[in-house]
Amino acid sequence: MEKLKILVVDDEPGICSGINRILSRHMVGFPFMDEDIGFDVQETYTGEDAITLLENYTPDIILLDNKLPGMLGIDVLDHIKRKNPETTVLMITSYASLDLAVQATNRGAHDFIPKPFSPQELKSAIETVTKHIFLKRMTRKLNKEGKQIRFQFLSVLSHELKTPLNAIEGYLRIMEDRQAGNDLDAYDKIIDRSLLRVKGMRNLIMDLLDLTKIESGKKKRKVMPLNVADIARMSVDTMGPISIQKDVKIYLDSPPEITYNFDHEEIEIILNNLFSNAIKYNIEGGRVDVNLEDLQDRIIISVRDTGIGISESEIPRLFGEFVRIRNEQTKHISGTGLGLSIIKKLTQLYKGKVSVESKPGEGTTFRLEFPR
Amino acid sequence: MQKFTRTILLVDDDEDYLFQTKLNIEQFGFRVITAESQMEAEDLLNTLKPDLAIFDLMMENEDSGFILSYKLKKKFPDVPVIIATAVTAETGISFGVGTEEDRKWIKADLYIEKGIRADQLNREIIKLLKL
Repeated sequence: MEKLKILVVDDEPGICSGINRILSRHMVGFPFMDEDIGFDVQETYTGEDAITLLENYTPDIILLDNKLPGMLGIDVLDHIKRKNPETTVLMITSYASLDLAVQATNRGAHDFIPKPFSPQELKSAIETVTKHIFLKRMTRKLNKEGKQIRFQFLSVLSHELKTPLNAIEGYLRIMEDRQAGNDLDAYDKIIDRSLLRVKGMRNLIMDLLDLTKIESGKKKRKVMPLNVADIARMSVDTMGPISIQKDVKIYLDSPPEITYNFDHEEIEIILNNLFSNAIKYNIEGGRVDVNLEDLQDRIIISVRDTGIGISESEIPRLFGEFVRIRNEQTKHISGTGLGLSIIKKLTQLYKGKVSVESKPGEGTTFRLEFPR
Repeated sequence: MQKFTRTILLVDDDEDYLFQTKLNIEQFGFRVITAESQMEAEDLLNTLKPDLAIFDLMMENEDSGFILSYKLKKKFPDVPVIIATAVTAETGISFGVGTEEDRKWIKADLYIEKGIRADQLNREIIKLLKL
């Protein structure tokens, strides 16, 4: 069984031995831990002694009283934070000195235990800290293994989902309060914008589903020889409505048959994303040229548009999740910021490569290579 | 409806937020001029002196609101500035301008969350304009 090392710094021997007695018999277990964790308690009675002790001893947790005969606990805390930043410190303070507790947490204490405390209060404080330490370790371990926990993804995602919701809620409130007056026509824009935000959200959810399918690896992939030219033709057809809306012509140049081992849904997602980007970020009256090439050792899909282009400095960010290049020209183009990251992930499943060439104001070419 | 002849400059890159907030503030009897970016706002400030400004924090730059606030205060030290943002709710980072020291470097008079209710916003505006 693993044991966490605890150092108690308190000038009242009774408290030290009490804590020692309670904790050395206590074990902490959580459903997510393989085995329970016990505690090894050391006692010391002054801040000075604690500092000396810490030179050759690194506890996991320090229970630190503030009122000590020599230097104060809060100053010992500063020392610990400098020398043993990994150690979690719990301040022991009396109920009367809440200010001190706040000060201590501001200066790096993890939490505080108000004195006097019952054995149960001590145990539950230690349980919380143990959980915290355990999770911190696990996170570090997972990060090391390259399985980055996707906190950042989730927080950006929640932002992306919340923004349209807030907008729609705002519009509904305006309608609820009849803020635009009694003329119904005045509400047209409000309704249009709300519908647009709903649509944006739906697209985001669809893209997210694509992304989770790729990442979970749970979806049953059916990789089989397919005629990519056929699928590209179909995908060009699905672009019909948006290409008419934007007055962009899309041309497909391909031999009648290019066979490659793809999962049907995946290649469709790749092509749909590539084509819709080329149309969305195009100029009115622009064109999109899709080129399929069948070489002996690989196939190449390239999509060239006559759109607004991407500056060189923005290209490295392009394939990140939720990345959208924000400028005057893209402001009114709706997008989830997930399309290119999906394209890249899917292409990598086939050991393929994605490259981009672009000139602002002239257009962009995306080139995908899939090795045989 | 209250009627004040005060002009409020409202800057936010979220089209919907801009529209809604403008409508809200106009309901309270203020004149509202809007800009959709830090750049546009900087241009506007060359020719306009608002009675109060509300800036979104993150626009072209992560700190667009602070930059605008700094520039506005340099030109018109007496114009109150409100910085509105959704950062706190999403990042947990919060920084108010409660203390004198904060006010010095943040250069804003008030810091609000974007979810704030319209009547609350109105109250804050009235307070800052000393109406």
